[in-house]
Amino acid sequence: MPLELFTVGDPIADTKAPSDVAIGERWSERRFRGRLVNPANRRKMTVIVVGTGLAGGSAAATLGEAGYKVKSFWYQDSPRRAHSVAAQGGINAAKNYRNDGDSVYRLFYETIKGGDFRSRENNVHRLAEVSVNIIDQCVAQGVPFAREYGGLLDNRSFGGTQVSRTFYARGQTGQQLLYGAYQALERQIAAGSVEQHARTEMLDLIVVDGRARGIVARDLVTGEISTHYADAVVLATGGYGNVFYLSTNAMGSNATAIWRAHKRGAYFANPCYTQIHPTCIPVKGDYQSKLTLMSESLRNDGRVWVPKERGDTRDPREIPEGERDYYLERIYPSFGNLVPRDIASRAAKNVCDEGRGVGPGGLGVYLDFADAIGRLGRPAVQAKYGNLFDMYAQITGEDPYATPMRIYPAVHYTMGGLWVDYDLQSTIPGMFVIGEANFSDHGANRLGASALMQGLADGYFVLPATITEYLADAPFDTVDDSHPAAGEALQNVQNSVQRMLDINGTRTPASFHRELGKLMWDMCGMERSEESLRKALDRIPEIRQEFWTNLKVTGDGQSFNQTLELAGRVADFIELAELMCVDALHRRESCGGHFRAESQTPDGEALRDDENFAYVAAWEWTPENEPPVLHKEDLEYEYVHLAQRSYK
Amino acid sequence: MTITQDGARSSVDHSSEKRGMNLTLRVWRQNGPTAKGKMVTYKVTDISPDMSFLEMLDVLNEQLIMEGDDPVAFDHDCREGICGMCGVMINGQAHGPQQTTTCQLHMRSFKDGDTIDIEPWRASPFPVIKDLAVDRRAFDRIIQAGGYISVPTGTAPEAHSILVPKKDSDAAFDAATCIGCGACVAACPNASSMLFTAAKVTHLGLMPQGQPERNDRVVNMVAQQDREGFGGCTNIGECSAACPKGISMETISRLNHDLLGALRAGARPKS
Repeated sequence: MPLELFTVGDPIADTKAPSDVAIGERWSERRFRGRLVNPANRRKMTVIVVGTGLAGGSAAATLGEAGYKVKSFWYQDSPRRAHSVAAQGGINAAKNYRNDGDSVYRLFYETIKGGDFRSRENNVHRLAEVSVNIIDQCVAQGVPFAREYGGLLDNRSFGGTQVSRTFYARGQTGQQLLYGAYQALERQIAAGSVEQHARTEMLDLIVVDGRARGIVARDLVTGEISTHYADAVVLATGGYGNVFYLSTNAMGSNATAIWRAHKRGAYFANPCYTQIHPTCIPVKGDYQSKLTLMSESLRNDGRVWVPKERGDTRDPREIPEGERDYYLERIYPSFGNLVPRDIASRAAKNVCDEGRGVGPGGLGVYLDFADAIGRLGRPAVQAKYGNLFDMYAQITGEDPYATPMRIYPAVHYTMGGLWVDYDLQSTIPGMFVIGEANFSDHGANRLGASALMQGLADGYFVLPATITEYLADAPFDTVDDSHPAAGEALQNVQNSVQRMLDINGTRTPASFHRELGKLMWDMCGMERSEESLRKALDRIPEIRQEFWTNLKVTGDGQSFNQTLELAGRVADFIELAELMCVDALHRRESCGGHFRAESQTPDGEALRDDENFAYVAAWEWTPENEPPVLHKEDLEYEYVHLAQRSYK
Repeated sequence: MTITQDGARSSVDHSSEKRGMNLTLRVWRQNGPTAKGKMVTYKVTDISPDMSFLEMLDVLNEQLIMEGDDPVAFDHDCREGICGMCGVMINGQAHGPQQTTTCQLHMRSFKDGDTIDIEPWRASPFPVIKDLAVDRRAFDRIIQAGGYISVPTGTAPEAHSILVPKKDSDAAFDAATCIGCGACVAACPNASSMLFTAAKVTHLGLMPQGQPERNDRVVNMVAQQDREGFGGCTNIGECSAACPKGISMETISRLNHDLLGALRAGARPKS
């Protein structure tokens, strides 16, 4: 590896988890040892929370209930729009309501294994512990989970597990959980404990004397750029899957908040860990603006197959059983259609690469419900998956009750994110990162129904408990715009906005975004190689150069200007893409969603290299033209033994 | 596109390869809440029937930017029909000719040579921000008035200590699927927000957890929608017909029932 791509700095470690007690006691021990803030002092302290998804919405509401002054920011019109709303399948919790052998330890174990042994044991165990409280909280809020006739909660199975621990609300679990958090947040807004900033986008972090003390934000309606101060800042701004342009993320989902915090000193961990979800509706044309996921829960009853012969273009219903290859059931008999996402996605890619893919361009596989409809009857299938089937019909114009759906993998989630310790604090004191925006719990691959669990665990239970240790030293000295660090941040934002408006070139922000996304999908997507990543690293600086000399943004900065908003986000995606490729190139092993062509087992499975890569790669930003600095956090497995994952 | 008898498109028919449509768009342009707006005509060409309506607007906007014009402002986010951020009047219908969100409306619902009128939601509690984007925060304030169950984090009992009959839970879920897009208000001749409010009143009122605050919830939410300036409900039903989630008019009956009961029990809105 040539030295110019990065340099290696000091190792980094989490120092907050109390490792002197057994893993099952660490979270309660941490809460006991952490200092508290007495209720009378809480109202003197201000916390900024950016983002109102499951993590941010639940954190803002909970901190408001606790008595802190909270300032909540979001870029949409209402906090209810955050993209957590689109999560379909469900939320895991170790309730063991099915009496099928589930436990906190099993959820912990399966999440570590599912993450391909690249996550931190302490964080994951805590996640599994807290999972049961989340369900209690959400039920009490009135979240209408699916129920049995006796009035008890229903469960279903998800990938990477052999128990039924997933709670769900038809195919709209994220929506219902988000509305629970949203309603709790609105209740606090009405109570005056949370100050709201709708349609406002964070564009920089203000760091004063080594502490995160505020943000610079732009009011997207008036264009006004202003500063906001607090004793601590919480980023809950989601993942960065839109680097790939086409993804299942919302159009507005972006990396700007975490990226600009990274440029202020927050380390970015494992940026190359991207989840490609196996069951999405295939791409149709160049005009396509986003991809739509079909919940993994469909793999409970749907069977995935392709024709045995290449180039078989018959109507799928006319292909006899004997000429179909139910490849997941064939290759992975014990997990079958419910293998983890990274494995299902690559298997789909492999059969399509063999020329057995179906639909336009041969980039699709069938997800077939004929057996399930035969076994359960159409009404039962409709009750479980009705909204997903409707969505599929709406988008494709095909009737999935009558003919198998066609699916193909698409970018869905990013396991990487800002580095945080056990307290969810970044490398900038006073800046905490929760939900998908951090890197903490999913290792190199996230299991289904675990994103909702993590978002709500962080927001309702973890952050509100750990932030007190930091705030016990607050309130800090008052900061205002006269402070040089604040003035510099404000000026920095104003300059970059103006710079984009002044270029007046010939290409729209969307055209750059599309080009970057295609490059990343081809070179840093489901399969990465030294060759492809080097190609990407040659090309990205050229795209960046062209962006800053040939961008065209119409209108001005003092009004509602959606082109300008997008331009700023694309600028950050370009920089982040480069770091993703450096990270992917340096990690010369395959693990979870990161599949390096050079590192595979004889039968084509991901081959980890634990001796050299059992660490978190935490990247430090350096000024332009200097290579980023890699800080390694060694991963120690005290409880779960490192092993080759097998779902066969 | 060839549609077989059971509605399925033949798998060998790649409709994206079909020749695109040429359309005339008449779009409401308004440069800010107080500016005077007007309809402006644009042409778009080679529109694929597989495009979503918003992707068609993307095409228009890329065209406008390249011509140095101001692109049309419109709200959107998830583009999978669940966030509730998008929504425009299409030929006078909220979200257009199909009962879905604007992002899930596809151009196969139109034909070559069509003229399409595109306007923002029109209701005074939803002021125009720019062009097709409106401010719907009035909905959030209705939720703030009582659209929640008061349960601070950490105070919840074990989940299975609360049993909910499946019938009630399913009906509550149906009401809870409201995405807050505002189509109900836009479709209503009175610009009433009754379906939005009723959906939340129904969702929480059907759950055992929602009972303690049931009376106060309904009186306060109804009072807030009046304060916001939404019109009264006269049971016309346009709201439910336009609702992309198919929220039923039964929710409004339930709200009226609850409201009457609450008022009789002495509940009064907070001033």
